[in-house]
Amino acid sequence: MSLLTTLARLEAVRSGRAEPLATVRHRHLSDRPMVVVPLTAAGEAGAPLAVMLGTDRDAPRLHLVPQPLNRTLRFDFLAELAADLLPYLESFAEDVEQIEGSEKDPETGEKTQVFRELCADAPQLIVPNGAGVRHLALLGRSTRFRRTVEDDEPGPYPAPVRVPLLGRWLTHLTDRAQVPGTSLLLSMTGLLARHWATGQSHLEDQHLAARLAWHAPPRGLTGAEAAERAESARDDRGQLLHPPAGPATDPRFDEFVLAPAIARYDAATAALQHGVEQRDEAAAERARAAVRTAVEELREVLTAVLLPTWRDVWHGLDLLRTLPPAGHLAERWTGDRWSYTGHRDRLAAGEPPQPRQDDAVTAARKLAQREREQARLDVQEALDDPLAMAGHRLAGEAFSGVVTEVVPDYDTTGRSPKPRPLVTLRTADRPHADLGREAHRVRSEAEGGPAAQKAEIAAVDPAGGTITLRMLSGMGRKKEPEPGSLPEPGDLVTFTLFELTVRQSAPLPEPDDTPWTHGGPPGAAPVPAPSVSEEWE
Amino acid sequence: MNVSTNVPSSGHAEPLAQRLAELRGPAPQRSLNARSLAALAANPGCHRRAVLDAAGVDKSALAARLGRPAPFGQSPFAIARGVIFESRLKADDYAALLEPLRAHLGVPADGGAPVQVPDLLHRSGPAVRADRTVEALARAAADPDAWTLLDHPMLRLDVAGGTAYLEPDAVVVHGGRCTVVEIKSFPVLDGGADPAKVGAAARQAAVYVLALQQAAAALAGRPLATDPYTEQRLPGSPRSSVLLVCPKDFGNRPTAVAVDVRRELATTRRQLGQMTGIGRLLAELPAGADFDLAADEDGVPTRSAEELAASVEAVPAAYGPDCLSTCELGFHCRARARCGDRVEQLGRGVRGELGSIRTVTQALAAAATEAVTAEATTDAETGPDEAAERLAYAAALRAEALGRIPVAGRA
Repeated sequence: MSLLTTLARLEAVRSGRAEPLATVRHRHLSDRPMVVVPLTAAGEAGAPLAVMLGTDRDAPRLHLVPQPLNRTLRFDFLAELAADLLPYLESFAEDVEQIEGSEKDPETGEKTQVFRELCADAPQLIVPNGAGVRHLALLGRSTRFRRTVEDDEPGPYPAPVRVPLLGRWLTHLTDRAQVPGTSLLLSMTGLLARHWATGQSHLEDQHLAARLAWHAPPRGLTGAEAAERAESARDDRGQLLHPPAGPATDPRFDEFVLAPAIARYDAATAALQHGVEQRDEAAAERARAAVRTAVEELREVLTAVLLPTWRDVWHGLDLLRTLPPAGHLAERWTGDRWSYTGHRDRLAAGEPPQPRQDDAVTAARKLAQREREQARLDVQEALDDPLAMAGHRLAGEAFSGVVTEVVPDYDTTGRSPKPRPLVTLRTADRPHADLGREAHRVRSEAEGGPAAQKAEIAAVDPAGGTITLRMLSGMGRKKEPEPGSLPEPGDLVTFTLFELTVRQSAPLPEPDDTPWTHGGPPGAAPVPAPSVSEEWE
Repeated sequence: MNVSTNVPSSGHAEPLAQRLAELRGPAPQRSLNARSLAALAANPGCHRRAVLDAAGVDKSALAARLGRPAPFGQSPFAIARGVIFESRLKADDYAALLEPLRAHLGVPADGGAPVQVPDLLHRSGPAVRADRTVEALARAAADPDAWTLLDHPMLRLDVAGGTAYLEPDAVVVHGGRCTVVEIKSFPVLDGGADPAKVGAAARQAAVYVLALQQAAAALAGRPLATDPYTEQRLPGSPRSSVLLVCPKDFGNRPTAVAVDVRRELATTRRQLGQMTGIGRLLAELPAGADFDLAADEDGVPTRSAEELAASVEAVPAAYGPDCLSTCELGFHCRARARCGDRVEQLGRGVRGELGSIRTVTQALAAAATEAVTAEATTDAETGPDEAAERLAYAAALRAEALGRIPVAGRA
């Protein structure tokens, strides 16, 4: 894949515009995505400064912390964010469908029919970049263990009631974002990078505005020139014309715009406090107005730095929607719906928040899941997109060509002869096709769908550019192959040397059988209680 | 960044120092620090950076004059946070700093003598401070029971014929050995920290350890051990684990983690050693080229932007996109790489993929070559053509997948 990507980048350098890396869209896009553009206060991990979010591109909502170092204001912000985001996240929980399954009775071993609920749709969060995903993960980590006034021991600094719940959702979404091919939480730079190549490096592609500059450079500019303008052009006050997509803000914005605005807010609140202490109602009233003005000013400057990125994310969604959806999107989105439903159920069952560190069993499960999903994603993308398949062909793991000859042949070792015809195709591909190696024919829906048809390499003639395969399955039970089950001379066919369905890896032991090397069965060691008053100042 | 006005002090390099001062002009010298050395070591093939750093040219000012100013800066919030955190560490006689250090060295918490903090003459010039540090270090190492904390000491390191002055956050001396302490304001969250930031801190600390090793070896009159992985147990020589002190989780409370920097130390030593002798680089400079950023009384610069650009161009650079985040001239060098049509603009890894192909035009020309058919290909064909051949093959596959050429053309 990588040389093909490099080639696309080289083409983009020459054309001055982004070049395609996919012929279809490989990630599910919701009809009603929630775009979230977070900003962080510099110097402190995960300290929120502001967030712009919403499902309507014409109606973004802004929440902000007027003084990022103030714990109470930070909790106010998180409560606002929870009140804004949780209704969206929970709005998908009600509409469910019943999925039939079977469960084995542990005692009798009998299978019984069961129904499980699956939410009909799931939420989707879009953030500008990978750092945005990490910021949401930090927010989740810093809030999900908070005690609230409703807890038995609220501790000295109880958080607003819905804040820990927000933390648990953010943790679930950012965790899910680690699984390849999932779409509950996506970064726009990641989405664009999967589908288009620019004429700059991966490092520079992390800058959303610079990346997008390659898609629609202004008239007379190349993508590189437009990208450099997005990165570094400043106005006469030294402020970037296009602020970075965050979550970190530009240091010069912090120094010359944000810090003075926060200082004015601090001065106004100090005056207010002074007025209240002195019981000077008139002064307090003036100070209250000054506080409101200061907050309004902060709201203005933060809106000004967030709006360009907000528009960029929606612009990116427009670009992605021009691509037709890939064939396997619905299947992978069903996995996301299961993930959403599972978290909904865990919350309803009153389970504790996700631990700080996974135990050995959970970690092994997560790792196995990510590996399995990566393998599945690779196969599905190859089947959905000839450009992805081209990567496998370049790597020698697949080959395409035109059938030149089909010779009937039979396996007569058994009681009744079975069809084992020889298919020869002419190809310029040079796969790692050792004699006897298993190959898998790629069939479109029209040709019998994804049902695997196995073959083995019977002869390779590099000089003549031909490969002969002996077909082994997918031809019916009779002596002669079912009509239409074999390609005919002149057909264009593709074979892969990897399996087209992902094999289940060996099952992990039951949690109760976890070996001592992995800490023994979970629950044996006492789980340290989450801290009541984790420092956060 | 430290600004100092002294000239490199290596006695044998007088003509060299003179030459470097001429290159810089009357502007004050920018001294090398551990961060710039670590960045230099990360890209040892870059002659441009080596020359400019050795001459102490203000690269930020130079970049601005060249029309592409460095995008670096630090938020006042981050600075304030760092100051608050460091003051916490220094409270109660450095208790927060010493407690984890004692645990790290296996000394009981009530480890005897109170910590001594010698005055290191912070208001003096770097050379004086460096001498004072050597003295204090020797005295502290002589008494194995004492605890001595050198707060912002000044260390010397010879780099490519010049002298760099380095200022670690702290060095703690106990039992005749010293430990470098590096204070950072990124958090250690649930026992883990951002690996990129830890890596950068380790590379920076390795530069300090190297300087302390050199100092200890010089003090003992012994050569520096040739194997970077062996710890020379000389009086006052540094431990190869440094102590990284960071805020714990989301608070301001410090936590300390020992980081073994032997690997970074070996890398730094090798790369600093490889840095081409600065004299040879200077010899290749055309006469009249310099980086004089000064202006006359009327504010007219001595050198025009064109003259400066020509001088910069005379020293070859090794540009890669990671320069953008580490070097002030990154944007300038990127623009030059783009003008030069070089493939490095896409990343250093790309060069490996493209073999001997160096320019975008060459690469696209290779890709546009009629795909070599299987018949024409023999296994004997390797070497430079291999990359070109793979590119042509990739281009044919890409064109087919995008429907840009009829498939029949390949059959």
